[in-house]
Amino acid sequence: MYEKNGEKYFVVDSHMHMWKAGPDNWVKGAEQYAKGWIECFHAYQSLGPKETHWTIEKFMSYTQDDLMKDVFEDGYVDVAIFQPTYLKEWYTEGFNTTEQNANLGEKHPGMFVMNTRFDPRDGDAGLEELAANVDRYGSKGVKLYTAEWNAGSRGYKLTDPAAYTFLAKAQELGIKNIHVHKGPTIWPLDKDAFDVSDVDHAATDFPELNFIVEHVGLPRIEDFCFMATQEPNVYAGLSVVIGGLMHARPQFFAKVMGELLFWVGEDKMTFGSDYGIWEPKWQIEGFVDWEFPDQPEFADFPRLGVEGKKKILGLNAAKLYDIKVPDELQLKEAEPAAQDDAKLVTQ
Amino acid sequence: MTAVATERRSRVLAALDHVRDPELDEPITTLGFVASCHVSAAGDVAVRLRLPTYFCAANFAFLMVADAYDVIAALPEVRNVDVVLDDHFAGAQINAGVAARAGFVASFDGEAADELDELRRTFVTKAMLAGTDQVCRPLLASGTSPADLAGLTLGDVPPSAELDRLLRRRSELGLPTDAAAPLLVDPGDGTAISGPGAPKYLGMARLTRTGIEANTGICRGMLRHRYAETGAGEEEQR
Repeated sequence: MYEKNGEKYFVVDSHMHMWKAGPDNWVKGAEQYAKGWIECFHAYQSLGPKETHWTIEKFMSYTQDDLMKDVFEDGYVDVAIFQPTYLKEWYTEGFNTTEQNANLGEKHPGMFVMNTRFDPRDGDAGLEELAANVDRYGSKGVKLYTAEWNAGSRGYKLTDPAAYTFLAKAQELGIKNIHVHKGPTIWPLDKDAFDVSDVDHAATDFPELNFIVEHVGLPRIEDFCFMATQEPNVYAGLSVVIGGLMHARPQFFAKVMGELLFWVGEDKMTFGSDYGIWEPKWQIEGFVDWEFPDQPEFADFPRLGVEGKKKILGLNAAKLYDIKVPDELQLKEAEPAAQDDAKLVTQ
Repeated sequence: MTAVATERRSRVLAALDHVRDPELDEPITTLGFVASCHVSAAGDVAVRLRLPTYFCAANFAFLMVADAYDVIAALPEVRNVDVVLDDHFAGAQINAGVAARAGFVASFDGEAADELDELRRTFVTKAMLAGTDQVCRPLLASGTSPADLAGLTLGDVPPSAELDRLLRRRSELGLPTDAAAPLLVDPGDGTAISGPGAPKYLGMARLTRTGIEANTGICRGMLRHRYAETGAGEEEQR
């Protein structure tokens, strides 16, 4: 919970990680990819405030204690949603598996939501693994990284027939939320790997699933926003938007926020720190303080007030994951008294 | 360096100013992507390129390396061209493919279905929309309504660097660029945007520009973290 100016914010970090990326976990012969991946993540961290930067050594191998302190003790987060990213072609034990997440999550009941993942190229074994993970960890969400390399393949689309098989299976198992993360590779390589039109199709064909597009489709914000206006079950995951732009490029941050508020709206935007890339503390503090610059070019955009910030920082994600929010941290209009009043009037 | 060598190097860098990052629609020189550029007395050119991350998309990286190769090879005083992309996951394939002038499909055997013309067109279209916003924004700020903008021609717009850039992007897409052509056109078929359709069209144009600018901001920040040295021809912006 974060409190500022008498307002209390329930915080759900809807996109964060516990990874293991040191040289001892690099696959022999694929060291350059493992190294390139984590160095790329580390460069993203450089876009945050200087005092929050870590050495590459700590960044590769932060500990469970670091996470608990940065996310919960210092970082105001009430519930954190663990998102796995496997990358087993590059990292021997996986970069960030469901098991690694659970290893920490199981020590702290109620503080984490344990998402899992699937890869449509894994066939029947993948379907079994998905079912086992949902059963064991109670997962209600999956994280999909479409650029993952897998046995010679450099990626997939959500519209691949196998992906539909997995989405149908996930839904049958009780999964509600699909977090989509696009990356630089895909088959065929001549197509734009960041194109989100496959999410558009899947969202239409699976109307009971929610699709949270992480980093709001960056670098394809325009395609994402246009798609999100047409699909009621598509959400904007703000990981990277706040972490990568709010401090480093405040003017662009304001423009991106303006566009998101206009096209997507505050009811469908969710905060995610992307920890360990960025610590949540400065992101939450800065976001609560943030206002549009007082310049004419921002005048057209919808305003974002305290209620909107409460939704984005936690209440929207709490709804998606059925996370119980204490009454005093709900929006005022959602208090049960209001409903009772309405009932009295109609009776 | 002799005066002749310096002048030759400037000509190579000037040629590289015409090579753009297809996604960011900015020259690779000003973005800092040209790590080094050497020209020998005999006319042998060696250029090294670098990108913000190890995993920047292979298709865009290929286009930049291939375009750099082509603009340098077209200079009359150049004898040999060597363009190398450093520190990139697909660097070996890209460098070998471009040196052999093999095309994208042959360079990425089995991984690509087609050459990159369609991809390039998609991104020139985005650049054209963003460029339309750059030209229209000051007009909107001075009180011209979206519907009025739909009634304007290119000739009605005061000259500016932004307008020149828009005309170049329209030309690349085969769209009309004469003074009597409408200011707002569909990037696919060049038909004029109607007054009622103008607000949505302009909204898309602004959104597209915001997307490109945000990406450029992130890419510049990542590059600065990755490489301490300034690139050949690099300019910091904002």
